[in-house]
Amino acid sequence: MSSVGADELTAAFRRAHGRAVATLVRVFGDVALAEDAVQDAFVRAMETWPRDGVPANPAGWIVATARNRAVDVVRRETRGRQLTEEQARDPLRQDRVEPVDEGEAEGVVDDDRLRLVFTCCHPSLRPEHQVALTLRLIAGLTPGEIARAFLVSEATMAKRLTRARTTIRAARIPYRVPTEAELPGRLQAALTVIYLIYNAGADDPARAGLRAEAVRLARELRALMPDEPEVDGLLALVLLNDARLRGRSDADGEVVLLADQDRTRWDPTLIREGQRRVLAALRHPHPGSFALQAAIQAVHCAAPSHGETDWATIVRLYDRLLSRTPTPVVAMNRAIALAETAGPQAALATLQALTPDLDGYHLFHAAQAGMLERLGEDEAASLAYDRAIALAPAAADNALLRRRRAALRREPSAPADAPPG
Amino acid sequence: MNQYLLSVHEVDGVVEGAPTTPEEMQAFMSEVVALEEQMDAAGALVFGGALHGPDTATVVRSGLDRVTTDGPFVEGKEHVAGFYVINAADLDEALDWAARTSAATGHPVEVRPFRATGRLQG
Repeated sequence: MSSVGADELTAAFRRAHGRAVATLVRVFGDVALAEDAVQDAFVRAMETWPRDGVPANPAGWIVATARNRAVDVVRRETRGRQLTEEQARDPLRQDRVEPVDEGEAEGVVDDDRLRLVFTCCHPSLRPEHQVALTLRLIAGLTPGEIARAFLVSEATMAKRLTRARTTIRAARIPYRVPTEAELPGRLQAALTVIYLIYNAGADDPARAGLRAEAVRLARELRALMPDEPEVDGLLALVLLNDARLRGRSDADGEVVLLADQDRTRWDPTLIREGQRRVLAALRHPHPGSFALQAAIQAVHCAAPSHGETDWATIVRLYDRLLSRTPTPVVAMNRAIALAETAGPQAALATLQALTPDLDGYHLFHAAQAGMLERLGEDEAASLAYDRAIALAPAAADNALLRRRRAALRREPSAPADAPPG
Repeated sequence: MNQYLLSVHEVDGVVEGAPTTPEEMQAFMSEVVALEEQMDAAGALVFGGALHGPDTATVVRSGLDRVTTDGPFVEGKEHVAGFYVINAADLDEALDWAARTSAATGHPVEVRPFRATGRLQG
């Protein structure tokens, strides 16, 4: 038992949240009750852990405390009295109300979380509600954090979450993995949500647990649907991203761009597994957007250096991705790849056409800054960096952009990789 | 047990593929009857039936004076042609019956959970 800081508490909560809520939903069949009980358990942890130290199994402690709390609530409420009676009649259910065994089998718990993903992704919930609710329940993000990710107000997001929970209870959306016949129709939402959980953990070291959670869910899903190319695609995408994590920051924790990364720090085992999954996904005659995104990552991973990357293939893959998923962000990433085959001038023209859609996105301005820098237009590049820095949400991104802007001012001459002509 | 309303929505006017000949109408009816027998056998069917057309509807409003007008409540391209009230364990079971109802009738079916159930509760 050691003393405990606020960061440590936050990290422990994040790790425990999805598992605790999923377990409680299984036991009590009520999303709102499960969430409230887990919230209460976190408040209790906040009171007792700093005094008594973090328990040996923080997640188990949270689940046990939340479960006891929910049993109390169920016993007290009128609606709950009926529930308790039902549980008394059903010996299987009554067993489950006992305080949790801290050594509960991981397999059962894992399945709980996948079931919760499918509950949140039920087709009768609107897509934006599906994603918000999964980020809340599985990833443990606060309504404020989810609101920022969706660029809406916190009040709007809170209302959205309440409505989604109400629908689940009122319509009796079941808590289960869909049957084989239903699975394909519900798969896209589940894949999207798992990828968003991964991304929610990608920018912030305090949320590294979310990445592991997303990879684990993707593996679970693949065990469930081994022949679905998009499941292979998603798993490949998160594995290939994870493989390159160590290269993405230097010893001081600063962000390192793809071009400057030390590729020996990439994880060859994860790359091999990711590439196997990409090949499986691409065997399908019409690969989906996850498979295509993963294929792009696989080409990067196969290149011995930035200069030796097969950019023509990457641009072709982006073309296919853009025809499947015509979003401004995909168009932006295609433009960045295009700079390597057609030069920064061509890329810049494409980027500028995207301004109405992406003006509020820091990476859009960073991309423009990079192109302007390569064209030797330092003043315009500096202004674009300013705009990117003002918009960057993560501290690490911000620091990188400041360094690049500073480098620009120290070396006003044209950069070495200016375009031919 | 939970109850759901499955309402069968029909598009106004002549619709391609809709039964026109007596033989087609007979086949359509026997499919719907077969579905109702399956619902009944499964213990799902509480109540249901086909409605006469929207031009037979009368709308009553009670205010200071009782006002009665003709026609459907909502002017629209779609009207409710029939409905079922069913018992189902959860939404997925209700959606399954709705899919079968849609297949038998050829019309979209809206599924809505009852907020509170009245005297028909089985």
